[in-house]
Amino acid sequence: MKKKKTQLANTNDALSKQSDFDFFKHLLVTSNKNYLEFYNYSDLQYISNLVADSSLSSRIYDLDRLLEKDKLREKDGFARKIKLGRLVKPSKEGADKTIIIPTTTEEKFLHWNSEAASEGESTTGGSGEEAEGEVIGEESLRPDEDGDGQGGQGKGGEHGMGADAYDVGRILTEQFELPNLKEKGKKTSLTKFTYDLNDKNLGHGQIVDKKATLKRIVRTNLSLGRIKTEGDIDTTDMLINPKDSVYRILTKEKDYESQAVVFFVRDYSGSMQGKPTEAVITQHIYINSWLVYQYKRHVKSRFILHDNEAIEVPDFYTYYNKQVAGGTEVTAGYELVNKIVEEENLAKDYNIYIFHGTDGDDWSTDGRTAIDELKKMLKYANRIGITVAENNSSSRNDSVVEKYIRASKLLESEPVKLHFDSFIAADADESRIIQSIKTLIS
Amino acid sequence: MQLIDQHTKKIMEGCKERAAAAGLKFEKETLEYIVTNADLLELSPKIMIPSLYDYWLQDIQVLRGKGEYEYYPNNPYETVINTRPAISFYNDNNPDWLNVMIFYHVIAHIDFFQNNKFFENTWEYDFKEKALTEKRIIARLRSQNGRLVDYVIEFARSIDNLVGYFTALSKIDNNSMLNLPGKIDYYFNIFLQEIKAVTMREFLAEVDRYNKVLETFAEESENVFFKEIAVKNPEFEEYFANHTKEKKTDKANDLLQFILNESSFINESKNIWMKTVVEIVRETSLYFSPQIRTQIMNEGWASYWHEKLFMTDERIKGHEIAFARLNAKVTALSKIGLNPYAIGWRLFMHIEEMADKGRYSAEFDKLANIEERKLFDKNLGAGTDYIFYVRENYCDGTFINRFLDQDFVNKHKLMVVGQQIDLQRNVRKYYVKSRKIEDYKKMIVDTLYHPPFIKYEVIPDNTLYLTHIYEGKELYRDYIPNTMIGLEYLWGNTVELETTEIDWDEMKRKNEQKDLFAAGDDEKIEPILRRVVYTSDKRKVTKRKL
Repeated sequence: MKKKKTQLANTNDALSKQSDFDFFKHLLVTSNKNYLEFYNYSDLQYISNLVADSSLSSRIYDLDRLLEKDKLREKDGFARKIKLGRLVKPSKEGADKTIIIPTTTEEKFLHWNSEAASEGESTTGGSGEEAEGEVIGEESLRPDEDGDGQGGQGKGGEHGMGADAYDVGRILTEQFELPNLKEKGKKTSLTKFTYDLNDKNLGHGQIVDKKATLKRIVRTNLSLGRIKTEGDIDTTDMLINPKDSVYRILTKEKDYESQAVVFFVRDYSGSMQGKPTEAVITQHIYINSWLVYQYKRHVKSRFILHDNEAIEVPDFYTYYNKQVAGGTEVTAGYELVNKIVEEENLAKDYNIYIFHGTDGDDWSTDGRTAIDELKKMLKYANRIGITVAENNSSSRNDSVVEKYIRASKLLESEPVKLHFDSFIAADADESRIIQSIKTLIS
Repeated sequence: MQLIDQHTKKIMEGCKERAAAAGLKFEKETLEYIVTNADLLELSPKIMIPSLYDYWLQDIQVLRGKGEYEYYPNNPYETVINTRPAISFYNDNNPDWLNVMIFYHVIAHIDFFQNNKFFENTWEYDFKEKALTEKRIIARLRSQNGRLVDYVIEFARSIDNLVGYFTALSKIDNNSMLNLPGKIDYYFNIFLQEIKAVTMREFLAEVDRYNKVLETFAEESENVFFKEIAVKNPEFEEYFANHTKEKKTDKANDLLQFILNESSFINESKNIWMKTVVEIVRETSLYFSPQIRTQIMNEGWASYWHEKLFMTDERIKGHEIAFARLNAKVTALSKIGLNPYAIGWRLFMHIEEMADKGRYSAEFDKLANIEERKLFDKNLGAGTDYIFYVRENYCDGTFINRFLDQDFVNKHKLMVVGQQIDLQRNVRKYYVKSRKIEDYKKMIVDTLYHPPFIKYEVIPDNTLYLTHIYEGKELYRDYIPNTMIGLEYLWGNTVELETTEIDWDEMKRKNEQKDLFAAGDDEKIEPILRRVVYTSDKRKVTKRKL
């Protein structure tokens, strides 16, 4: 359709240029008309220039419209249909991107090879020379895991999440009705300014402030006695002093923007393998996206992994994929967060969020040191969210971490800052994870 | 989307001439379009039919496809759709020799669409025009009924894999054979054979009598014929009356049609428009049914011909090496995995060779000596005719069952690959599980498209009762509840589904009870199967054990 518009806009040009091709030109009186009349039109120049819309569908909705549609389903009493899938693009340079793409499944009665699964084995075809029983190949269960940790190398630029995090955050906020942050605790940023038409000036300026000008004129004329207090006001009698006109002018304003640092702390010990890791990672991606949206991209994410030692990793991709079969000490992770905040003096300029995901194991059963570190964090953090994605359904609400956190009574004494949620990792579908996020951030 | 240029079209026409000379049969007219990758992304949720009805979930798939494409760009070579004329889509800027190869591939697909018996239900009309009309109908209904249309589409689609494709197909064949009036048909095919179980002689005598009556009395024949039966078999009338009453459900080919006929909700006057939507979804599914059931054959057939015809095409001599590289990429057997091009192509060649040597014979089947089998060659030269016969009369299931044999598995070193997880080293191991034809065939058959078989009936309280016949695979549990809720919506009342599931809890308990030190520890636990019933009532789905 674009072409058509430009064509119409240039009608005048088109007339003078294309008139050479005009079938009936020789029959017309040449004139300098600036518009087209009946005999100036012909198929050759008019219809052949129309370009049909080339899209194959009559319309394709954008994601917003689709999400809106999806929301209506709930009103009608059906489950939502759109799910957010994750796509991680690995890259050697470490600037991996994660994008979230909408997905959907059309649910049907489908066969599922359950008996093969119950025997723990699925088969496929293949070809080659090997004898029966011979192993022909191996595949790492974590295909993209890199060998050693490059902890703390902190690269500049984007930290793992793709540029789409903002959009994802917006979608999450809107679709899942995640709450907006009530008080972001605005902190000054010294480098940013905006220009606003806020200030007023007499005599000259960019835009006349009509209301203010009228007020001044009335005041002046009142003092001059030109306005009768009784009867109708005769505006033609009023005098207008040039100095009475009020203008608005552009001025430089300091911008108050809030910014945030988010610490994602993940337990990457051996026991976390599989579902708990999956649940924690998904949750952390969503939370990150949500904060990116809330803070209009002014978010720095830091990624910390811990087993019995803690390391900082440079990007989300490493954070996602690294796996070590060590023991678990929650304290190590908390210590590192406190150390970073202190050394970089982050508490002064940033809102600080800390999210910790674990399966609830800890070597130290009373968690004394962990609670101490947690108390330190509570002094500066805006929000600490701890998720326990439990591995085993039998130890419900019974994990070590959950026990000592509840015992510490911090949840009661710091109800605003400290939030806690636990669920069984294996049962955690998207809606449960979102629900858990709501618990952590609301 | 634009037509290919004249130069390329000329190449296509040349390919058609050569393909026709080689024996492929297809309609002369075809359309070829150049499409961009973005076009293809938009087309794929519509299964490549540009005029398919709009449905919002397709848009999500498009968005998803675009997201994925950003990260993992790829260039598809071609797609062809089964319309009249057949339409195929291409990438721009292919070199001529590549176009030749692709065109042969496409022509073979068209030949397959237009000759394989399983596509018979698509031969009578042009689907893209039908789809366009339906798209307009749905657009109009949407403007009148809003998002209700989308719910009806969604829920109809949720059981569109259960369409009675084979029932519909068998009816086509019946019509072309013999179409007897209902009563006569019942008398000969059911009453005499099943209820009376008469001997062949008696049966043929009755047929003779019927023919004579038909000759003498013409229009009155039926009355005259049954008058005598009323004397001989007075119970017949009652049987027949019961039969017609009972078989109300038989009028429907499948669950979708049954719901159309019997649903109290859809048949309310304000909802009658839903019938159109459901019927459109149903017919669309029927249209695609043969395609999914002939994937291996179709790709194998096309690969067979693109290779054969390319190598004899004198127009592009000199590109054999480039062709070989590309062809190998398409048709190489995977080390792990199943490639329909590779298996189908090799199987067609195998069949051709076997038929050439006259090995599809009792004589060959009787041979047990492996050397004799190797040398067996009657030199019949019947291979080409035979593969044409196969392409006309087989679908993937029968193709695999009939022609996959141990010789084929040996020749191509095929195997069943098993997997094991090694938790110690954190790896998944693939190993050769078997090279026996029985195992290989079972593995392939297990991967073939086979929708569940679900019977339906109405039980008291107007509840729709579905019975899933268990064939070794349970239904995917996560999808059951929402599918049931959708069905309940269409049915307008409670829906129940009886199916079989593995009782994991019970198995776990058994496993824990097992004495760890007892002998036979490695024994596998047999899956414990249990019949369960899902009920969807007022959009709440519950499950109970039977």
